[in-house]
Amino acid sequence: MATATFKIWRGDTEGGEYGEYQTEVSEGMVVLDAVHQIQAERAHDLAVRWNCKAGKCGSCSAEVNGMPKLMCMTRLSDINLNEPVTIQPVKAFPIIRDLVCDVSWNFRAKKKIKPFKPREADAADGTWRMAQEDVDRVQEFRKCIECFLCQDVCHVLRDHDLHEQFIGPRLFVYTAALEMHPLDEEDRTGDLAAEFGVGYCNITKCCTKVCPEDITITDNAIIPLKERVVDTHYDPIRMLVRKLRGG
Amino acid sequence: MAEYQTQEHDVVVIGAGGAGLRAAIEAASAGCSVALVCKSLLGKAHTVMAEGGVAASLANVDERDNWRVHFSDTMRGGQYLNNWRMAELHAQQAPDRVRELEKWGALFDRTKEGAILQRNFGGHRYPRLAHVGDRTGLEMIRTLQDHGIHQGIDVFMEFTVVTLLKSGDRVVGALAYDRERGYFHAFRAKSVIMATGGIGKAFRITSNSWEYTGDGHALAYDAGADLVDMEFVQFHPTGMVWPPSVRGILVTEGVRGDGGVLRNSEGRRFMFDDIPDLYKEQTADSPEEGWRYVQGDKAARRPPELLTRDHVARCIMREVKEGRGSPHGGVFLDIAWIKEKISNAEEHIKKKLPSMYHQFKKLADIDITKTPMEVGPTTHYVMGGVRVDADTQMSTVPGLFAAGECAGGLHGANRLGGNSLSDLLVFGKLAGEHAAAFAKEHGAADAPAEQIDAAIAAALVPFEVSDANAEAAYAVQHDLQDTMQDLVGIVRVENELKEAIDRLAKLRDRARKVRVDGHRQYNPGWHGALDLENMLVISEAVARSALDRTESRGAHTRNDFPGKNEACGKVNTVVRKGADGAMEVQQHPIAEMRPDLQAIIEEMK
Repeated sequence: MATATFKIWRGDTEGGEYGEYQTEVSEGMVVLDAVHQIQAERAHDLAVRWNCKAGKCGSCSAEVNGMPKLMCMTRLSDINLNEPVTIQPVKAFPIIRDLVCDVSWNFRAKKKIKPFKPREADAADGTWRMAQEDVDRVQEFRKCIECFLCQDVCHVLRDHDLHEQFIGPRLFVYTAALEMHPLDEEDRTGDLAAEFGVGYCNITKCCTKVCPEDITITDNAIIPLKERVVDTHYDPIRMLVRKLRGG
Repeated sequence: MAEYQTQEHDVVVIGAGGAGLRAAIEAASAGCSVALVCKSLLGKAHTVMAEGGVAASLANVDERDNWRVHFSDTMRGGQYLNNWRMAELHAQQAPDRVRELEKWGALFDRTKEGAILQRNFGGHRYPRLAHVGDRTGLEMIRTLQDHGIHQGIDVFMEFTVVTLLKSGDRVVGALAYDRERGYFHAFRAKSVIMATGGIGKAFRITSNSWEYTGDGHALAYDAGADLVDMEFVQFHPTGMVWPPSVRGILVTEGVRGDGGVLRNSEGRRFMFDDIPDLYKEQTADSPEEGWRYVQGDKAARRPPELLTRDHVARCIMREVKEGRGSPHGGVFLDIAWIKEKISNAEEHIKKKLPSMYHQFKKLADIDITKTPMEVGPTTHYVMGGVRVDADTQMSTVPGLFAAGECAGGLHGANRLGGNSLSDLLVFGKLAGEHAAAFAKEHGAADAPAEQIDAAIAAALVPFEVSDANAEAAYAVQHDLQDTMQDLVGIVRVENELKEAIDRLAKLRDRARKVRVDGHRQYNPGWHGALDLENMLVISEAVARSALDRTESRGAHTRNDFPGKNEACGKVNTVVRKGADGAMEVQQHPIAEMRPDLQAIIEEMK
């Protein structure tokens, strides 16, 4: 069996360095398998976050040879194993230990988004009727597994650190799912423009490229949200109406 | 004295999958302060992996469906060992729980009329599973999560509970450590709800994640609660078998519900070869009739691929054992064949089974719209769990409630697919409601400080092992998984079960001596060492219960007792911790079914 070398970030808030590990590679292995094998063989305290190991929970996000990936869905056969494989934690969030970051900001930021508010039920039994094609559009966004890889690559968060003024691609997808939900009656456009900073996105589509669920984040979620903001806030007639009403 | 922080709430919910979230939402809506304590990040719990759907007799696709049919299907699937009152409540309340999810934002697939679409699944007489493609669990957990975060619940993510705290006979809280920092937290509560899921990590081939170490089962057992039906572990018939690193990952039953067929190496649909008497009347007798059924022909009967999971798993094992398996020790599951029947098969498969398409493409280089999958049984679910009162979900220990997979009773000897997501919702809600009521009726009480100190000291023992040659937890866990897989797996026999119990005792000695490197901050070596104790408890409970049931029924197959035994069919197996600390096994007579429910069973035969 072949052997491969892995350089895995070991460290915490105080700093750290890459640890170099060799382990055997067998058919079909993914990066997370290699990390687990190294953990069981010698680096017993190597910190890594994971759950389903099937690309469904979005826990094992990391940067593999510099690329943001789910470790459980990245096969070693797709990587050049003649060179050491570098595995480091995602960069946009503070480190806790080794490959584990503090992603709690995402959960706090989500809470600021106004929750789902359905219209009155369509039928007497309290149920609604919706067409599949109206549901399809939102189901794309609801595929999101909250791996936060899109947040990791977004330069507004990654390079400019604007976590307090910008909610990031994941949460725009979440907001889009609410805004385009066939039953929802809440209005979040004001928040999008101000508190959520949708204007900071300059459509480089980095988020779309890394999404393991192939959600067309920029085109289908963020751009329509930007348009809604423009329609309601920069529409000259509406602005005039608002001015006259003193709003 | 040990260092820890104290948290105070009316109700503490342990576990944040579907049951825990639903329970927390209910307790909060009753006006209680609620702590939700979970091992992973919020929204990552095992519910996320559920694929096929949630069973509820909405009757949107077939108007003949109603709770009475769902009830009788559940009882038949469980071989009548189910707690019939739970099965009744479950069938009656599931439709409301599903509709409630829609009110909270869930978007299920639709019928042409715009109502919630329902699909076929094993053991369900009519199309009954509300679903979203094959990612229903994700939809459900996200809906509960996104609703739950606005209900004033305090969420403690990446916290692991090490013991329940008691005052006298009553449970009054839990001691946990936070995984990220390694600090201890004592949660004071008036009532506690266990919603920790299952035990699948005790087996080598499993669809379950690292979290499924039987914590809730073991913690409740240690606190004095009864566990029931622990011999019934569901081996899902279709897990991936190749490549080795993905062995065990689930392949949804939805593949078969949408027309997928099982074939052996000779190309034969072997499921037609053995149809149990209990299901003869309901099963198609030709491939043609089976195809009509999955196409929605109400006059047609189910194809045999949609028989209950225990039976399908055994048939697959038989084919493999008799030399008719696939190259890597499974059988073939073929959905690509439907292109013979419908013109847009490729698009149809991608639409109905998107994550299966993705999973095989990514992990096995197989395009399921063109090539059959190789599948074999994988440990999936434990029917057994904390014995609870059907109406309140309270365990035999006052103040301790349980819901979802870690509670026992609803599914009897075998769970029907789709009945787990509905179980989480129905009994999560009931547990939340009754734990809140209990909290209002009972004041706060404190566990003695020595209890907390002793638990913290015990949790830190692995750091004090000075023997540099002592082993880490990984090897012990690995050997435990081998023991359970090889000796307490799909087919069981007395001498192997006894050997398993002996080996578990030896593993317990090894577990007590494992060593942990490094410090308490996010240290998987330490977490694994603490999980071992729980895994040993539940493994022993499964092995002893399996030894005690001298018959084959549902998911429990004994080579030395191949048939059903009438006397065994009248009892549930109960384990509890004896006064001397040793595990006791008892046979608990099943209460006689209410005549009106008995009449439903007769009518639906």
